[in-house]
Amino acid sequence: MLIRNGRLAGDEFTAVTDGEALPEGAAIVSLKRFLVERETLLARKQPLGVRLETGESPEALSPDFGRLALVVLHVPHFKDGRAFSSARLLRTRLGYRGEIRLTGHFLIDQIAFFTRVGVDAFAFQRNIPLAEIQSALTEISYFYQPSVDGRVTIRDLRLRAPDHAASPS
Amino acid sequence: MYRYDEFDARLVRERAEQFRGQVARRLSGELTEDEFKPLRLMNGLYLQLHSYMLRIAIPYGTLSAPQLRKLAFIGRNYDRGYGHFTTRQNLQLHWVKLPDVPDVLLELAQVEMHCMQTSGNNVRNLTADPFAGAAAGEIEDPRILCEIVRQWSTLHPEFSFLPRKFKICVIASEHDRAALLIHDIAIHAVKNEAGEIGYRVYVGGGLGRTPYLALEAGSFVPKRDILAFLEAVMRVYNEAGRRDNIWKARVKILVHQIGIEEMRRRIAKEFAEIKTSGTLELPPEEVERIAAYFAPSDFATLPEECPEFEAAKQGNREFAAWVKTNVHPHKMPGYAIATISLKPIGQTPGDCSSDQMDGLAAIMDAFGQAEIRVTHEQNLVLPHMRTSELFALWQKLVPLDLATANHGLITDIIACPGLDYCDLANARSIPIAQEIAKRFADPERQHDLGELKIKISGCINACGHHHVGHIGILGVDRKGLENYQILLGGSGAEDASLGQILGPGFDREGIVDAVENVIGTYKTLRRDGERFLDTYRRVGAQPFKEQLYAH
Repeated sequence: MLIRNGRLAGDEFTAVTDGEALPEGAAIVSLKRFLVERETLLARKQPLGVRLETGESPEALSPDFGRLALVVLHVPHFKDGRAFSSARLLRTRLGYRGEIRLTGHFLIDQIAFFTRVGVDAFAFQRNIPLAEIQSALTEISYFYQPSVDGRVTIRDLRLRAPDHAASPS
Repeated sequence: MYRYDEFDARLVRERAEQFRGQVARRLSGELTEDEFKPLRLMNGLYLQLHSYMLRIAIPYGTLSAPQLRKLAFIGRNYDRGYGHFTTRQNLQLHWVKLPDVPDVLLELAQVEMHCMQTSGNNVRNLTADPFAGAAAGEIEDPRILCEIVRQWSTLHPEFSFLPRKFKICVIASEHDRAALLIHDIAIHAVKNEAGEIGYRVYVGGGLGRTPYLALEAGSFVPKRDILAFLEAVMRVYNEAGRRDNIWKARVKILVHQIGIEEMRRRIAKEFAEIKTSGTLELPPEEVERIAAYFAPSDFATLPEECPEFEAAKQGNREFAAWVKTNVHPHKMPGYAIATISLKPIGQTPGDCSSDQMDGLAAIMDAFGQAEIRVTHEQNLVLPHMRTSELFALWQKLVPLDLATANHGLITDIIACPGLDYCDLANARSIPIAQEIAKRFADPERQHDLGELKIKISGCINACGHHHVGHIGILGVDRKGLENYQILLGGSGAEDASLGQILGPGFDREGIVDAVENVIGTYKTLRRDGERFLDTYRRVGAQPFKEQLYAH
């Protein structure tokens, strides 16, 4: 079940393993395969996604961002929080503007955080009612930290309307 | 002290509701224990030997009277009528029931409290100097930065699933009352030559099975850039900290594996980038807004001398003894800082009953004390007492069993909950603390021995800070029996050092005799005015070893 920008979405991509022949249409390959077959893959003129295992730096993809439709961050276990930093770096230092999709073992309780660091699509391993996803994304209304989602922060709100803040008693 | 505005209040309330949903999913079986675990840990809920344990955040150890009353109420209604103050300035309830926890969180939210990030692999509740705002020579109130960092680290989207827990401490005096250098990040407010306030930042301290003191990562980080600097450290750690081995996952291991030079280089790279983006630069308006909550209290102009206080000391030896150990100088004339010992002889260090909490709240009201502080030594502090009212305070503390005159002495022992509560422990800590306190209960003997810090942990995780005790005691499991090792020479103060294990351990009966033996060696060797730690540092471990293992 694919959720993109908080809505149910179709998945046009086919994930392929390293030895497997490429299908017609959009495909996702590993970083290893991408680095080996880069020229051929980019010459296909089909939407291409690259899958990063946790711990693989997205920096190697940097020269080709303009030609990638998708970066997949694969989470082996929900406790492994490196994907949060990978997504953040893709959006800040590396300036990647395409889709960042999360796959693997993550919890619905984490998707609000992932959205804040720039992930826009989630490939859930099982079907989850959309209402639960909406709730997970909105149950905390305001956050303190500025992040790459560009959301208004509590600090922004305070600076805009200082009258609303309580004053010391 | 800091007061929530509508945004702080809303976040805490929503977080409590969110956890109510997570508890319901766990109770229905939708969440496995493995999946529920990190969610409950982020809300301070542990599963221990006999029941759940809820760790309530006391940000930088500051509480108001209404908050203390609420903690008393929660202890009485959801636990067994007491709570346990910890070495991280928090309060633990050891007997809560899972279905009650969402209600407890809502009770706490009513008094601007929560349990967020008191456990789990995230930035934990911050700790600070318990004498903040009261001690002389302070650069600024360290709690201003604590509150700024608390907000930045609360529900941080990038750093809520770190390799391991992450502890931050802030002090602003030369004297260290917060065990600064044993934290993952240790922040010391300093002034540069231009007189501007900034922060010296250390990284990579921690105890546990591989103890290290933190190393300097930045000698002067300007105030406006401090969050950018912290974010840089956290990102380096989140990306490069080990995740394959829980015992090697703290930032201290990373720092000591790659070296502080390489760590500084990596931090500098991230820092430069984050700083350039400007998003984390602290706006002066927000710093001022928060600083206003910590503005100096309205102190009266009082004379330095206080005849009625001197007369009370003359007239009451017990009061005089309490003043000697538990009262410290205040920055303002006519004021004093009073430490309330949670170490009555033979009791559990750090425990405080709901009745005592209510009694203390009434005392706070009676003496116009807006705040009470929790110390990492598991005591409480009334920071702004009038010297003239100390005797009246002491008289009210006595019937509450809160007037023990032992702050800083041998019976002022830090101990973790140990095997009586904790499922990580290998040995009991509390009974050892109680027996040592009973052995050395004689007040004259305690005063004669002077400053002496005993710290006891029931396992290698070192929640009782045994590495930084003048005398540290580590409980281990030896062939199924509790065994206790002795470490000497540690300190968690401004002269921080890690203690060294003296030799083979002792059984439960032997450990108290062993401590007495070590004390005997000190008494023989000490020179005038030397504390235990000074003597140890002068003569080394050998004379202590020879005496202890002579037979």
